[in-house]
Amino acid sequence: MTRARATVLAFLFSMGSACAQSPAPSGALSCSGCHGAAGGEIPSLSGLSADEITEAMGAFKSGARPATLMNRLAKGFNETETRAIAQWLASQRSAP
Amino acid sequence: MSSASRRGVLSGAATLAFSLAAPCVIGQARPQAVIIGGGFGGATCARYLNRLGVAVTLVEPNATYVACPFSNLVIHGSRDLAAQQFGYEALKREGIVILPEMAAGVDADARLVRLASGATLPYDRLVLSPGIDMRFDALPGYDEAAAQIMPHAWKAGPQTLILRSQLEAMRDGGVVVMSVPTNPYRCPPGPYERASLIAHYLKTHKPKSKLIVLDAKDAFSKQKLFQMAWEELYPGILEWVALGAGGKTMEVSVKDMVVVTEFDRHKADVANIIPPQQAGRIAVAAGVADKSGWCPIDPVTFESKLRPRMHVIGDAAIAGAMPKSAFAANSQAKVCASSVALLLRGETPASSKLLNTCYSIVAPAYGISVADVYHPARGILADVEGAGGVSTLGASSEVRAREAAYAESWFKTIASEVFG
Repeated sequence: MTRARATVLAFLFSMGSACAQSPAPSGALSCSGCHGAAGGEIPSLSGLSADEITEAMGAFKSGARPATLMNRLAKGFNETETRAIAQWLASQRSAP
Repeated sequence: MSSASRRGVLSGAATLAFSLAAPCVIGQARPQAVIIGGGFGGATCARYLNRLGVAVTLVEPNATYVACPFSNLVIHGSRDLAAQQFGYEALKREGIVILPEMAAGVDADARLVRLASGATLPYDRLVLSPGIDMRFDALPGYDEAAAQIMPHAWKAGPQTLILRSQLEAMRDGGVVVMSVPTNPYRCPPGPYERASLIAHYLKTHKPKSKLIVLDAKDAFSKQKLFQMAWEELYPGILEWVALGAGGKTMEVSVKDMVVVTEFDRHKADVANIIPPQQAGRIAVAAGVADKSGWCPIDPVTFESKLRPRMHVIGDAAIAGAMPKSAFAANSQAKVCASSVALLLRGETPASSKLLNTCYSIVAPAYGISVADVYHPARGILADVEGAGGVSTLGASSEVRAREAAYAESWFKTIASEVFG
């Protein structure tokens, strides 16, 4: 019983870290350098769905959506990479 | 609840714990990562590694970090140095051990960091994020003592305040001389942002004064954008002297307040000398710096090409096309943390793309930027073709104002991600 209780504690402890999260896809970790909490000049990505992020990136890439900077960065990712980043961002509990 | 059913619940929980905990090495001693340097690279890496279940000790002698991005606005007089200062309390609260000591060396075979106090610190993986040190042997006349008279202000803190107070004390009609080194150095567009903001200060407060920028290069980051802004905003105040026009500084004399170039001697009222730089000294002591003074790394894992189990991130690293910037250090730190966590579990990290964005403030409400995407290719971090670039030439003042606001927003967000 003591060992089982220790295991449960270890389990609870592990939940405090990001162990259970899936690894971030290529490029995804960089987004949070600019996109933070809501209320800043740079829009937060928190609460956006994977489809919304994918669509925005596509529009930045094609030039359909005007931008100061995201048009330059969106061009660095293909559709598969963009979709993977969008899905990962949308899955974050407190998305950057 | 009976003892039997409780056992059932617990064993169920234990199974779940096992299935989730496998990548976290629970039940064994947690792997130990030591990080040297608590700047944008090191502090980011510490937080991400800690979140990935790795025990992290951060070796950083200073209780307060002073950020370089936006410190040119302190020199300009429109920002307090306090807005640049950050502590490590948030990292401590997350369980990261902060060791307020100077690292003196590394024993690669024994996997030990030697501290200045004589104590040693074992590691499974070591991350060095030591930033830069000035090369006080590189420019005749310019040593540590000379930097008190002719500040470099290329590490934010007391140096920033020396330059600011010298500009404030200068008479109207004075001459400010800036000396800019050749590549590579910390923050490629930084000297030109600083030149812009000093010119703005002179134009606003001491309009008879002049700024001469002596450059050891013929080309620089965001050059067209800067030069167009200078023509528009600071004609007759800011003069840029390229390498080809004799801009390279050969020597300085603190006694005479003179900056000597190939063909000229520039008498200065205020001299800001940005000297050649190298990776922070601990990188040399650890054996991860090559003859250039910088650190060659693997572009996927940031592991040193010279020493196993040591990783180098940020300004100290030779990161191919990536510039030495806070954004780049932050981006590299996250990828490095993921790689280190995987390597500690015996897994192979996958190749990852990285980003950089650098804003420069040319005048109040006038921002410009460079942004790029990088990927490991042919053993280095190369530009992803077709992506990246600088702000549009000839954009409206609304766009410039928006970029200035974005710059401030970026700084708040990254500072909060790293230290908040």
